[in-house]
Parts: sequence; C-alpha cells; structure tokens
Amino acid sequence: MSNSNVNFSFNKTNEREAVKILAKYPSDRKQSAIMPLLDLAQRQNDNWLSRDVVEYVANYIEIPFIKAWEVVTFYSMYYTKYNGKYLVQVCGTTPCWLRGSEQVAKACKEMISPNQNTLSKDGLFSWMQVECLGACVNAPLVQINDDYYEDLTYDTTKNILQSLMDGVEIKVGSQNGRTSSKAVS
Amino acid sequence: MLKEKDKIFTNLFGDETYSLKGAQKRGDWNNTKSLIKKGRDWIIDEMKKSELRGRGGAGFPTGLKWSFMPKDPALNNYLVVNADESEPGTCKDRDMIRNEPHKLIEGCLLASFAMNAHTCYIYIRGEYFNEAVVLQNAIDEAYEAGLVGKNAAKSGWDFDIYLHRGAGAYICGEETALLESLEGKKGFPRLKPPFPANKGLYGAPTTVNNVETIAVVPTILRRGGDWFSSFGRKKNTGTKVFCISGHVNNPCNIEEEMGIPLRELIEKHAGGVIGGWNNLKAVIPGGSSVPLIPKDICDGILMDFDSLTEVKSGLGTAAVIVMDKSTDLVKAISKLSHFYKHESCGQCTPCREGTGWLWRMMEKIGEGNATSSDIDKLLDVTKQIEGHTICALGDAAAWPIQGLFRHFREEIEDRLTKIRAA
Repeated sequence: MSNSNVNFSFNKTNEREAVKILAKYPSDRKQSAIMPLLDLAQRQNDNWLSRDVVEYVANYIEIPFIKAWEVVTFYSMYYTKYNGKYLVQVCGTTPCWLRGSEQVAKACKEMISPNQNTLSKDGLFSWMQVECLGACVNAPLVQINDDYYEDLTYDTTKNILQSLMDGVEIKVGSQNGRTSSKAVS
Repeated sequence: MLKEKDKIFTNLFGDETYSLKGAQKRGDWNNTKSLIKKGRDWIIDEMKKSELRGRGGAGFPTGLKWSFMPKDPALNNYLVVNADESEPGTCKDRDMIRNEPHKLIEGCLLASFAMNAHTCYIYIRGEYFNEAVVLQNAIDEAYEAGLVGKNAAKSGWDFDIYLHRGAGAYICGEETALLESLEGKKGFPRLKPPFPANKGLYGAPTTVNNVETIAVVPTILRRGGDWFSSFGRKKNTGTKVFCISGHVNNPCNIEEEMGIPLRELIEKHAGGVIGGWNNLKAVIPGGSSVPLIPKDICDGILMDFDSLTEVKSGLGTAAVIVMDKSTDLVKAISKLSHFYKHESCGQCTPCREGTGWLWRMMEKIGEGNATSSDIDKLLDVTKQIEGHTICALGDAAAWPIQGLFRHFREEIEDRLTKIRAA
C-alpha cells in the first residue's frame, strides 16, 4: 500500500476490526467495505474525516482517492470538519415538527450556539438540524453522537445538554418515562 | 381488534430480552430445520397463500417476487434486507430490529433458502447505531448456536448473514441505490431493467425485501399462509405494524389487523386525536410520500392498500401522521418538500432541480406571497417531475403537494386572497 506519505493509520484495535469488516464481502469486492471503514476511521479521528484519513481508507481498499471522496461527500454521516465532542442533531422533519421540534432547536440555540454547525464557546458542542431520524412516534428527538433522546420538550432538551456539560449521566431514549414506542397509558 | 394470541411481534416494545434465549421462549427458531425440509416450493407456496404484500411501501406480493429468482444452483443469489428505514413517519423496523432481531434473522435464513441464496446482507440506516449493535449481537448469538453459518440450524443449507451500516442517505432505501451503496459507491438508483432478480448485487440475482416482510416469514410458515390471510380483506391480508405520530395523545407503534378503520386505530391505540376526533384536519396515512387525506375521508377509511389507493393515497409504510386543526398544512408539506430536496441524489435533472423548486414555491405560498397561478405552475411542475426520473423519489416529492392542493386548494387560496387584501 502506497500510504507512506499519509498522516493516518488504523490503531491496533481498528486494524483487527478492519480485517473483520473486509471479511464480510467477497475478496474481489473490497470497495464494499468503504462505508464501514470510513466510519471506523472517523471514530478514531475525533469523529471527522480529513483528506489524509480518506486517502488512507482509499489506499486500504485499493481504490482511487476520488472514488472514496465521492462517497464521503454523498452521505451525510461523514464529516469533513470537527464538530466538537458532542454533535447534537435535531430532527426537523414533519412528524417531529408537529410535536415541537422548534422548541428543541431553540434550546440548542440557547445552550450551544445561535447558529448551526458552529462550535460552542467551550468547543465541546455543535448542533445541526437534520432530516427524519426514523423514531417518529417518539418525536421530537435529537441524536447526540450515537444515541437518541426522545419525547423531548424545551426543558428536557436543556436538561440533557446541561447534564452533558456537567458530565452527569443521562438516560438514553425516551425522556417522558415510557418504554420504547409503547403508548403511554 | 387484533387478539394478543394473533400478534406476531410479541416483544415489539422490548418488555422482554431480545436475546436468543428470550426469542426461543417466544417461539423463534423452533425447529426451523423442519420448515426448510419441506422444501423451497412449499415455502413459496405458503407465502403466496398468505397474500403477504411487501411492507416497505410498494406492496408487491412477496411470494410472487420470490418466485422470480433464478433456481440454478450454480448462481450466487443474494437476499438483501432493506433496513434503511427513513421514510418520515416510519419507525416500525427499528422496533423489530432492536426487540425482535431473531425473527428477522430466522426469516432471512428461510427466505434465503427459498430463493437459493447462501448469503444475506442487512443494510441498516447509519443513524440506527444502537439498533445495529443489538442486531449484530443477535447475529453473533445465532452463529454461536449453529442457527446460521455452515449447515444452518442443521438444515443442510449453508448460510451467511452480514450487517452493513449505511451513512445517512434516504435514497439508499430505494432498492437499486441500496445495492450501489452496498457495493461501496454513492447511492445512485439504477435504471431498470435489468431488475435485481436478474442483475442485482455484484451483478448476481438479488431480492431486496423490507425488514417487516422478512420478519413475519417464520410465523407465517409456522402458522400457515391461510392463517395470515384470514386477517384483513382479500389481497390486503395479515397483521401490520402501524406507526402513529403527530397530533395524537399517545403516539405509538402497534401491530394490528390489516384493514382496521383509521379512526379505530387512532382512538384505540394512540389515545385519539388531540382535542378529539372533530379536531382532526388531515392524515398522511402511509409515510411522507403518500398524499394526505382530509378528515371526511379519514372518518370511514380502512387502513389497507386498496382502500387507500381508491382515495388517491396509499398505505405505503403504514406510518400514520396525524395533523389537527392547529396545523399549518402548507408548512407541514413544505417541510416534506425540504426533505425531498435534501435527499434527492442529484442524478436526474427533473428531481435534482425540481425538488428545490417545489420547496421554494411551497415556502412562497406559506409566506402568503403567491397567487392562484403560482399554484397552477407548482402543480404543473409536480407533473413534470412525476414519472420522469429513474426512481420514485421524484414521484414521492410530487405526491404530497398534489394531495395538499387536491383537498385544500380552496382554503389555501382564500388565505392568499386575504393576505393580499390586507
């Protein structure tokens, strides 16, 4: 692999993980592994992809850089800049909007930054509005890194953000006390 | 109302563990071998008898779809499960994946065997990270127990199953875009023909099925196609998981009998419309892509494929989005237009340009800065997008707008006139 001039490589754990990922696909179809490998690399790199990282992944599966870059820019979950330790994604599509997602966004504006895709003053947070996250019966909701926080209000959103700022553990999932998508009775 | 004993997803809400032991207690993996031993033709026949129609939105008969797969054992057929659940309003597959993963995995084995496939990929949307963790755990459990892998469930059939995570692109729920994505490319839908059953993943015969379609297979085969088809109406059979969101008192997912009246569905399971049934304005009955229906249609409509098609809407994914009288419908639909603009892959010009155009026009109407002729033009553009793109995303962007003006044009024009006069 000609990646000697690239300033990134998988750490030992991820080396092993990458081998496992490649094994899922036919040996002559390494390109299929690009999405999980980009995800793996992104996680190792503070949740964003620099050109070097993408180049490393492209080399890893022996495809031209531009083919990898095409994938990076097509999908919304690859980030080409640093988004803070906590990336807060507010769903704003109709089912969430009907149940008050604007209040959730308002809480993010007040607690993180008036503008989307902008780091908070402490550099730890950023937020953005996204399209449907697929948990519509638990609307409105946010995704923070890998976790969903559901059935939100303005106040519970603020509580969650404050807890993260204070390093206090919070429950993932519904914030109104119900189990998953079961109706409150 | 569907009886508890007739529910397929008895752990839909995760009251019990999803793990193999719990799943086996609920009847999953119970003598799977004997189902396989009955043979491929028997399985496909039972599926045809059940009249199951695909649960991903299009409603194509599953048994028939499976019968299109080439039977030549020399071919390397694939089953691909579409778990890229992203249609606004829809979150049923999520519950099946996180709480009933073994139903899905067992279904994958049975369906793969029936379609001469030794390999199955499940493509799950990237945002469902925790759900993917659960599903991978369940797959690992199934491998360890010998239920999948070589000689799966001692059936003599070798079967591998892999999980593949997407990365945030609605278009990858379109089956050929999904295959492109699985091949490591951006998710551009392919021209059809060739259909995936002839040339799909890596050019091999492939069937793409929705999570729910596959997850109900083991129960259908155990209880019989006739049992499944005893629910609902002819060609609209079975049980179905509905997602009820929006302006209801208790939004929820619920498994019910196909063809349940919409009003009963909302009132029995979701605590009714906020402010009562008479406070209802409109419902999007099958996920964002289908046209809304106003209250007077909601009053008597049955929730199945054919009833909803008759009123120029659709069952889609059975995601019911309820909007009460406080709703600014133009804004509600405009948000969907924004969604399609954002999710258009950009391959076809009518969709790439048109979806943005639709959204801007909807915003203009929402602001009151439009006339009746603007609405004519908007509807004309929807017609120019519809049917003129490789995949159905263009149609899906056009239909909600057409539905809105079909039922509420007069009301919206009145509002525009009032704003102009003021």
